[in-house]
Amino acid sequence: MALRAAVITFPGSNCDRDMAAALEAVFEAPPLSVWHGDADLPDRLDFIALPGGFSYGDYLRCGAMAAKSPIMRAIVAAARRGVPVLGVCNGFQVLCESGLLPGVLMRNASQRFICRTVPLEVTSTSSLFTSAFSMGETLRIPVAHHDGNYFADEATLDTLEAEGRVAFRYGEPCNGSQRDIAGVLSTDGRVLGMMPHPERAMEAAAHPAMGGADGRRIFESVISALVAA
Amino acid sequence: MKVRILVRLKPGVLDPQGRAVHHSLEGNGFDGVSEVRIGKLIEMDVAEGTSDETLQAMCEQLLANTVIEDFAIERIEQEPA
Repeated sequence: MALRAAVITFPGSNCDRDMAAALEAVFEAPPLSVWHGDADLPDRLDFIALPGGFSYGDYLRCGAMAAKSPIMRAIVAAARRGVPVLGVCNGFQVLCESGLLPGVLMRNASQRFICRTVPLEVTSTSSLFTSAFSMGETLRIPVAHHDGNYFADEATLDTLEAEGRVAFRYGEPCNGSQRDIAGVLSTDGRVLGMMPHPERAMEAAAHPAMGGADGRRIFESVISALVAA
Repeated sequence: MKVRILVRLKPGVLDPQGRAVHHSLEGNGFDGVSEVRIGKLIEMDVAEGTSDETLQAMCEQLLANTVIEDFAIERIEQEPA
Protein backbone atom coordinates (compact mmCIF):
# COMPACT_ATOMS: atom_id res chain seq x y z
CA MET A 1 0.00 0.00 0.00
CA ALA A 2 1.38 3.37 -0.96
CA LEU A 3 1.01 6.03 1.69
CA ARG A 4 0.18 9.63 0.80
CA ALA A 5 2.65 11.73 2.76
CA ALA A 6 3.69 15.37 2.83
CA VAL A 7 7.03 16.92 3.77
CA ILE A 8 6.82 20.53 4.92
CA THR A 9 9.57 22.92 3.88
CA PHE A 10 10.21 26.08 5.88
CA PRO A 11 12.72 28.72 4.85
CA GLY A 12 15.89 27.22 6.32
CA SER A 13 14.80 23.57 6.32
CA ASN A 14 17.70 21.47 5.07
CA CYS A 15 16.68 17.86 5.66
CA ASP A 16 13.49 18.01 3.62
CA ARG A 17 14.97 16.20 0.63
CA ASP A 18 16.50 13.50 2.84
CA MET A 19 13.13 13.07 4.52
CA ALA A 20 11.38 12.86 1.14
CA ALA A 21 13.85 10.22 -0.08
CA ALA A 22 13.35 8.19 3.10
CA LEU A 23 9.56 8.37 2.88
CA GLU A 24 9.58 7.45 -0.80
CA ALA A 25 11.75 4.42 -0.09
CA VAL A 26 9.38 3.05 2.53
CA PHE A 27 5.95 4.44 1.60
CA GLU A 28 6.27 3.43 -2.11
CA ALA A 29 5.25 6.87 -3.39
CA PRO A 30 7.07 10.19 -3.52
CA PRO A 31 5.73 12.47 -0.77
CA LEU A 32 4.14 15.79 -1.64
CA SER A 33 6.24 18.84 -0.96
CA VAL A 34 4.41 21.60 0.93
CA TRP A 35 5.67 25.15 1.43
CA HIS A 36 5.33 26.83 4.84
CA GLY A 37 3.34 29.73 3.40
CA ASP A 38 0.53 27.50 2.13
CA ALA A 39 -2.60 27.81 4.21
CA ASP A 40 -3.92 24.37 3.32
CA LEU A 41 -2.53 20.86 3.25
CA PRO A 42 -3.16 18.48 0.35
CA ASP A 43 -6.26 16.42 1.12
CA ARG A 44 -6.34 12.77 2.25
CA LEU A 45 -2.87 12.78 3.79
CA ASP A 46 -1.77 9.64 5.61
CA PHE A 47 1.36 11.16 7.10
CA ILE A 48 3.03 14.55 7.65
CA ALA A 49 6.75 15.06 8.24
CA LEU A 50 8.43 18.19 9.59
CA PRO A 51 12.11 17.96 8.61
CA GLY A 52 15.29 19.11 10.27
CA GLY A 53 17.14 22.31 9.54
CA PHE A 54 17.20 25.86 10.78
CA SER A 55 13.79 27.31 9.98
CA TYR A 56 13.90 31.10 9.95
CA GLY A 57 17.56 30.90 10.89
CA ASP A 58 16.56 29.83 14.42
CA TYR A 59 15.59 33.48 15.03
CA LEU A 60 13.97 34.27 18.39
CA ARG A 61 13.96 30.59 19.47
CA CYS A 62 14.42 27.39 17.46
CA GLY A 63 11.13 26.59 15.74
CA ALA A 64 9.27 29.57 17.19
CA MET A 65 8.61 31.42 13.95
CA ALA A 66 7.89 28.26 11.94
CA ALA A 67 5.35 27.24 14.58
CA LYS A 68 3.37 30.39 13.71
CA SER A 69 3.53 29.96 9.92
CA PRO A 70 0.27 29.51 7.95
CA ILE A 71 0.81 25.81 7.25
CA MET A 72 1.20 25.02 10.95
CA ARG A 73 -2.41 25.98 11.65
CA ALA A 74 -3.46 23.35 9.10
CA ILE A 75 -1.04 20.82 10.61
CA VAL A 76 -2.34 21.38 14.12
CA ALA A 77 -5.88 20.83 12.81
CA ALA A 78 -4.81 17.67 10.92
CA ALA A 79 -3.03 16.32 14.01
CA ARG A 80 -6.18 16.89 16.06
CA ARG A 81 -8.04 14.77 13.48
CA GLY A 82 -5.46 12.01 14.03
CA VAL A 83 -3.21 12.37 10.98
CA PRO A 84 0.21 11.04 12.10
CA VAL A 85 2.88 13.75 12.33
CA LEU A 86 6.63 13.17 12.69
CA GLY A 87 8.94 16.06 13.56
CA VAL A 88 12.67 15.43 13.40
CA CYS A 89 15.25 17.76 14.96
CA ASN A 90 14.06 21.24 13.94
CA GLY A 91 10.70 19.58 13.26
CA PHE A 92 10.61 18.47 16.92
CA GLN A 93 11.38 22.03 17.99
CA VAL A 94 8.53 23.31 15.80
CA LEU A 95 6.10 20.75 17.28
CA CYS A 96 6.99 21.89 20.81
CA GLU A 97 6.64 25.56 19.92
CA SER A 98 3.30 24.88 18.22
CA GLY A 99 1.92 23.28 21.36
CA LEU A 100 1.36 19.87 19.72
CA LEU A 101 3.99 18.46 22.08
CA PRO A 102 4.86 19.62 25.60
CA GLY A 103 8.22 21.03 26.66
CA VAL A 104 10.92 22.83 24.76
CA LEU A 105 14.35 22.11 23.25
CA MET A 106 17.04 24.30 24.77
CA ARG A 107 20.69 24.87 23.88
CA ASN A 108 22.79 21.71 24.50
CA ALA A 109 24.17 21.71 28.04
CA SER A 110 27.69 21.47 26.60
CA GLN A 111 27.03 24.57 24.44
CA ARG A 112 28.44 22.51 21.58
CA PHE A 113 26.88 21.31 18.34
CA ILE A 114 26.67 17.52 18.59
CA CYS A 115 26.99 15.45 15.44
CA ARG A 116 27.39 11.71 15.97
CA THR A 117 25.53 8.43 16.00
CA VAL A 118 23.99 7.72 19.40
CA PRO A 119 22.45 4.67 21.03
CA LEU A 120 18.73 5.20 21.41
CA GLU A 121 16.63 3.14 23.79
CA VAL A 122 13.02 2.41 22.81
CA THR A 123 10.94 3.29 25.87
CA SER A 124 7.42 3.06 24.50
CA THR A 125 6.02 0.58 22.02
CA SER A 126 2.39 1.67 22.07
CA SER A 127 2.63 4.24 19.24
CA LEU A 128 2.46 3.60 15.51
CA PHE A 129 6.05 4.86 15.24
CA THR A 130 7.40 2.34 17.76
CA SER A 131 5.02 -0.63 17.73
CA ALA A 132 7.46 -2.65 15.60
CA PHE A 133 10.14 -2.50 18.32
CA SER A 134 10.64 -4.33 21.58
CA MET A 135 10.68 -2.39 24.81
CA GLY A 136 14.25 -1.51 25.82
CA GLU A 137 15.68 -2.29 22.40
CA THR A 138 18.65 -0.13 21.43
CA LEU A 139 18.78 1.60 18.04
CA ARG A 140 21.67 3.51 16.54
CA ILE A 141 20.63 6.76 14.91
CA PRO A 142 22.59 9.95 14.21
CA VAL A 143 22.00 13.27 15.95
CA ALA A 144 23.11 16.63 14.58
CA HIS A 145 21.94 19.58 16.64
CA HIS A 146 22.87 22.54 18.79
CA ASP A 147 19.53 22.80 20.58
CA GLY A 148 18.34 19.36 21.59
CA ASN A 149 18.30 19.70 25.35
CA TYR A 150 14.73 18.67 26.22
CA PHE A 151 13.19 20.59 29.08
CA ALA A 152 9.79 20.40 30.74
CA ASP A 153 8.72 20.89 34.35
CA GLU A 154 8.82 17.89 36.71
CA ALA A 155 5.04 17.38 36.64
CA THR A 156 5.03 17.25 32.83
CA LEU A 157 7.96 14.81 32.79
CA ASP A 158 6.16 12.57 35.31
CA THR A 159 3.02 12.64 33.16
CA LEU A 160 4.97 11.79 30.00
CA GLU A 161 6.56 8.80 31.71
CA ALA A 162 3.34 7.62 33.34
CA GLU A 163 1.46 7.78 30.03
CA GLY A 164 4.20 5.98 28.06
CA ARG A 165 4.87 9.07 25.96
CA VAL A 166 8.65 9.02 26.13
CA ALA A 167 9.32 7.20 22.86
CA PHE A 168 13.12 7.19 23.01
CA ARG A 169 15.88 7.93 25.50
CA TYR A 170 19.56 8.48 24.80
CA GLY A 171 21.55 5.43 25.84
CA GLU A 172 24.50 7.63 26.80
CA PRO A 173 24.84 11.26 27.93
CA CYS A 174 24.11 13.45 24.91
CA ASN A 175 22.82 16.99 25.21
CA GLY A 176 21.68 17.45 28.81
CA SER A 177 18.03 16.51 28.13
CA GLN A 178 15.89 16.03 31.21
CA ARG A 179 15.73 12.28 31.97
CA ASP A 180 17.70 11.64 28.73
CA ILE A 181 14.55 12.16 26.67
CA ALA A 182 15.20 11.98 22.91
CA GLY A 183 11.66 11.56 21.56
CA VAL A 184 8.20 12.53 22.84
CA LEU A 185 4.69 11.43 21.82
CA SER A 186 1.40 13.32 21.93
CA THR A 187 -1.43 12.15 24.19
CA ASP A 188 -2.93 10.04 21.38
CA GLY A 189 0.51 8.72 20.33
CA ARG A 190 0.07 9.98 16.75
CA VAL A 191 2.51 12.91 16.93
CA LEU A 192 6.19 12.09 17.51
CA GLY A 193 8.99 14.59 17.93
CA MET A 194 12.57 13.30 18.08
CA MET A 195 16.00 14.90 17.87
CA PRO A 196 17.83 11.96 16.18
CA HIS A 197 17.47 11.68 12.40
CA PRO A 198 15.86 8.38 11.32
CA GLU A 199 15.95 9.55 7.69
CA ARG A 200 19.75 9.41 7.93
CA ALA A 201 19.76 5.75 8.98
CA MET A 202 18.06 4.08 6.03
CA GLU A 203 20.46 1.41 4.87
CA ALA A 204 23.22 -0.78 6.20
CA ALA A 205 26.73 0.41 5.40
CA ALA A 206 29.86 -1.61 4.77
CA HIS A 207 31.11 -0.73 8.25
CA PRO A 208 28.72 -0.57 11.21
CA ALA A 209 30.22 2.73 12.38
CA MET A 210 29.25 4.32 9.10
CA GLY A 211 25.52 3.88 9.34
CA GLY A 212 22.69 1.45 9.68
CA ALA A 213 19.06 0.94 8.87
CA ASP A 214 17.52 1.45 12.32
CA GLY A 215 15.85 4.68 11.21
CA ARG A 216 14.12 2.88 8.38
CA ARG A 217 12.44 0.61 10.93
CA ILE A 218 10.61 3.64 12.40
CA PHE A 219 9.04 4.39 9.01
CA GLU A 220 8.32 0.69 8.49
CA SER A 221 6.63 0.62 11.90
CA VAL A 222 4.37 3.45 10.72
CA ILE A 223 3.39 1.66 7.56
CA SER A 224 2.62 -1.64 9.28
CA ALA A 225 0.58 0.14 11.97
CA LEU A 226 -1.40 2.10 9.38
CA VAL A 227 -2.00 -0.93 7.17
CA ALA A 228 -3.12 -3.01 10.15
CA ALA A 229 -5.52 -0.27 11.29
CA MET B 1 4.86 54.36 21.34
CA LYS B 2 7.97 52.48 22.28
CA VAL B 3 7.73 49.26 24.25
CA ARG B 4 10.53 47.24 25.72
CA ILE B 5 10.06 43.55 26.41
CA LEU B 6 12.51 41.82 28.67
CA VAL B 7 12.55 38.02 28.24
CA ARG B 8 14.40 36.06 30.90
CA LEU B 9 14.88 32.39 31.69
CA LYS B 10 12.78 31.36 34.67
CA PRO B 11 14.63 30.82 37.94
CA GLY B 12 15.86 27.25 38.14
CA VAL B 13 16.14 26.77 34.37
CA LEU B 14 19.74 25.94 33.57
CA ASP B 15 21.46 28.59 31.45
CA PRO B 16 24.57 27.01 29.88
CA GLN B 17 25.24 30.18 27.91
CA GLY B 18 25.25 32.28 31.08
CA ARG B 19 27.53 29.77 32.74
CA ALA B 20 29.98 29.86 29.84
CA VAL B 21 30.02 33.66 29.91
CA HIS B 22 30.52 33.60 33.67
CA HIS B 23 33.47 31.29 33.18
CA SER B 24 34.91 33.61 30.55
CA LEU B 25 34.53 36.64 32.83
CA GLU B 26 36.49 34.79 35.51
CA GLY B 27 39.09 33.83 32.92
CA ASN B 28 39.47 37.53 32.15
CA GLY B 29 40.18 38.29 35.79
CA PHE B 30 36.75 39.58 36.82
CA ASP B 31 36.09 37.81 40.10
CA GLY B 32 33.25 38.49 42.48
CA VAL B 33 30.60 37.52 39.94
CA SER B 34 28.43 34.84 41.48
CA GLU B 35 26.04 34.16 38.59
CA VAL B 36 25.41 35.20 34.98
CA ARG B 37 22.07 34.68 33.26
CA ILE B 38 21.36 35.78 29.73
CA GLY B 39 18.02 36.99 28.41
CA LYS B 40 16.67 38.99 25.49
CA LEU B 41 15.63 42.58 25.09
CA ILE B 42 13.00 43.24 22.42
CA GLU B 43 12.23 46.86 21.51
CA MET B 44 9.11 47.60 19.50
CA ASP B 45 7.39 50.62 18.05
CA VAL B 46 3.68 50.00 18.44
CA ALA B 47 0.56 52.02 17.65
CA GLU B 48 -0.52 54.50 20.34
CA GLY B 49 -3.21 52.95 22.45
CA THR B 50 -2.00 49.35 22.05
CA SER B 51 -3.55 47.65 25.04
CA ASP B 52 -1.78 45.78 27.81
CA GLU B 53 -3.77 42.70 26.79
CA THR B 54 -2.40 42.87 23.24
CA LEU B 55 1.17 43.25 24.46
CA GLN B 56 0.64 40.40 26.89
CA ALA B 57 -0.71 38.21 24.06
CA MET B 58 2.30 39.03 21.84
CA CYS B 59 4.60 37.83 24.60
CA GLU B 60 2.63 34.70 25.42
CA GLN B 61 2.05 33.64 21.82
CA LEU B 62 5.41 34.41 20.26
CA LEU B 63 7.99 36.57 21.99
CA ALA B 64 8.51 34.32 25.02
CA ASN B 65 8.14 30.58 25.57
CA THR B 66 6.48 30.49 28.98
CA VAL B 67 7.65 26.92 29.58
CA ILE B 68 11.10 28.30 30.28
CA GLU B 69 10.87 32.09 30.09
CA ASP B 70 9.33 34.97 32.03
CA PHE B 71 8.71 38.33 30.41
CA ALA B 72 8.29 41.90 31.57
CA ILE B 73 6.63 44.65 29.52
CA GLU B 74 7.83 48.21 29.89
CA ARG B 75 6.22 51.17 28.14
CA ILE B 76 8.76 53.88 27.35
CA GLU B 77 7.56 57.47 27.64
CA GLN B 78 8.26 59.46 24.47
CA GLU B 79 10.65 62.28 24.98
CA PRO B 80 8.98 65.68 24.49
CA ALA B 81 9.77 67.13 21.05
